[in-house]
Amino acid sequence: MSDARLSVFKTYKLYVGGKFPRSESGRVYEVTSRKGEWLANAPQSSRKDARDAVVAARKAFGGWAGKTAYLRGQILYRVAEMLEGRREQFVREVADAEGLSKPKAAAQVDAAIDRWVWYAGWTDKIAQITGGANPVAGPYFNLSSPEPTGVVTVVAPQDSSFLGLVSVIAPVIATGNTAVVVASEAAPLPALSLGEVLATSDLPGGVVNILSGRTAEIAAPLAAHQDVNALDLCGADEVLAKDLEVAAADNLKRVLRPQPVDDWTADPGTHRLTAFLETKTVWHPTGSLGASGSAY
Amino acid sequence: MTIEKQTSVFEYAPAPESRSVVDIAPSYGLFIDGEFTDAADGKVFKTVSPATEEVLSEVAQAGAEDVDRAVKAARKAFEKWSALPGAERAKYLFRIARIIQERSRELAVLETLDNGKPIKETRDADLPLVAAHFFYYAGWADKLDHAGYGANPRPLGVAGQVIPWNFPLLMLAWKIAPALATGNTVVLKPAETTPLSALFFADICRQAGLPKGVVNILPGYGDAGAAIVAHDGVDKVAFTGSTAVGKEIARTVAGTDKKVTLELGGKGANIVFDDAPIDQAVEGIVSGIFFNQGQVCCAGSRLLVQESIQDELLDSLKRRLSTLRLGDPLDKNTDIGAINSSEQLARITSLVETGEAEGAERWSAPCELPSSGYWFAPTLFTNVTQAHTVARDEIFGPVLSVLTFRTPEEAVAKANNSAYGLSAGIWTEKGSRILAVADRLRAGVVWANTFNKFDPTSPFGGYKESGFGREGGRHGLEGYLDV
Repeated sequence: MSDARLSVFKTYKLYVGGKFPRSESGRVYEVTSRKGEWLANAPQSSRKDARDAVVAARKAFGGWAGKTAYLRGQILYRVAEMLEGRREQFVREVADAEGLSKPKAAAQVDAAIDRWVWYAGWTDKIAQITGGANPVAGPYFNLSSPEPTGVVTVVAPQDSSFLGLVSVIAPVIATGNTAVVVASEAAPLPALSLGEVLATSDLPGGVVNILSGRTAEIAAPLAAHQDVNALDLCGADEVLAKDLEVAAADNLKRVLRPQPVDDWTADPGTHRLTAFLETKTVWHPTGSLGASGSAY
Repeated sequence: MTIEKQTSVFEYAPAPESRSVVDIAPSYGLFIDGEFTDAADGKVFKTVSPATEEVLSEVAQAGAEDVDRAVKAARKAFEKWSALPGAERAKYLFRIARIIQERSRELAVLETLDNGKPIKETRDADLPLVAAHFFYYAGWADKLDHAGYGANPRPLGVAGQVIPWNFPLLMLAWKIAPALATGNTVVLKPAETTPLSALFFADICRQAGLPKGVVNILPGYGDAGAAIVAHDGVDKVAFTGSTAVGKEIARTVAGTDKKVTLELGGKGANIVFDDAPIDQAVEGIVSGIFFNQGQVCCAGSRLLVQESIQDELLDSLKRRLSTLRLGDPLDKNTDIGAINSSEQLARITSLVETGEAEGAERWSAPCELPSSGYWFAPTLFTNVTQAHTVARDEIFGPVLSVLTFRTPEEAVAKANNSAYGLSAGIWTEKGSRILAVADRLRAGVVWANTFNKFDPTSPFGGYKESGFGREGGRHGLEGYLDV
């Protein structure tokens, strides 16, 4: 009897502002496996969807950046817990998306979950390695602290649909930024499913927004958007990356140019964390206790 | 008002610094590969003293061909310079720091002549900071392994650097010191109105025995700067100047591997709460906007004052501004020097006219302006709203826009309501309020109960359209390393 059961398909939707809308354009596009088998109809986002995502990300920024680093770590760790629970689903989706065997797909998903745990631990440490007191030549306490840049557009890697995706989202939000993510064009399903995980991980709505569709069509308005502060070009090809960087200059977005990644499982270092941080330096006069000198 | 009474108290005899300590040649060449040479096309331009309009010297004007030659010289020098042990590079920089200290009187007078700023500032702020900056980065050259960028961080190559006229030698130091410490070589273009101190620096490089081609100095105009930025042989671009040019640079380098740091405009908010010590705040407001005639990217050009103390503060401020001494920049008593150029004076004048036309209320300090040179009296605008041009655009002159607020939330919202995010000030006696407000200001440098303080160990740079990257401190190394 169970052999005859018809499975329930999932309608894949965008993840914007903590909700799961379809594209406002009503468009979808066919997503296939590496072998060409139909997997799903994914939303084909429009520029309006992109703008809506920026509004959601901006709205979420103050609250997310204002949370304690400890709490952000707790929430990111919760994401890893939820991922672990959905491990089998992601293995299946990654196997289909990337044409991997089950064990190889499982290794990608495991690495992705571990990567998320790694970044969860960074939230309350990054300030200690990138900031600190500066010994200025005067009676001042001078302290430099990293702060999140703001709303970051992330063009997710095209090839690594899940490990690569996680590796570019987690560092952006770990430090308090909010993200608008353009999922891999050909393999967006793991990204859209990640939205479902984020929605159930205590992550405030709008901190991560995930759009699927044509990369160039979605990324162009985001690169030109005046309320986006930074741009990770990871998944943009050379021609697109240049166009987007030119557009980004209009409001001087911070741009992380695409860098070849041979192996997403390698130690990512801290550069994806620091790429979207601003350093604020505050001077406080220390004054003087008067001429009486030391009590020692 | 007691303004008249107050001003009459201060009468000072002239106390001019001697200009005999500096010997300005009638003409200067470009400094390429260790030699002073003419421009390829033979072009020259004059540099004048903005205080008197006297022509100080005639300077070779770099063009694209000269840029190419300088970049090639820097590229050639890079191989050996980057291969030197850090400790040896350090010693060159220590030498430079020491020679700057030795020649600081000469350089201060030179800078005041070419730039127009008071000798008090070049002597007590610019030059000490220049020497300190070289001294600080000298020490990093052999400690880069410990800077937090991984083991053996590598230099980028040739750094193309374009600097402004407001702190000519200090901006040069901010650019060249970290570049050389990390093993890069340099092609630097000083601003067209202030080329002299950079050319004197070239001479200091020779005195220090710096290998040829490590530092190349190309006086010139914007076209030379653009040629440096666009040159294929340049691996790193560092620019301090206007946001409009910064955006053009960001477009130019798009799609290349060039690393970029941009230090651009600002419209700094100086926030005064009702519990602030008024006299101290007034001094901070004055140094915030009238230091260097307000030609400072991090100037506190928007005064945000809590409504309940507005009248008291403005009375005090106007009284204080009436005592500022404007005039001969070489006079040791001078507080306010000349505006750097006729173009800049025209820009300031036009923005101030816009301010009046839009309905803001203008007040200028009652002081006599010299008959020659470029001058603008310390000016403030009241009845300013956030929509006014004088509250939004960088004026880059001695003009303060005064806005009011009622609650700390309003102060923060107004302070952050700007495309810029370079600096801000907070005046209050309440420590927790300082921390809470500083935390919420979107600005790279925040001064609490002080303003316009600088130090080589302290990272400097902006949020948003004030640019990106940091100069100074350990952070300042990153822009010159392949990390």
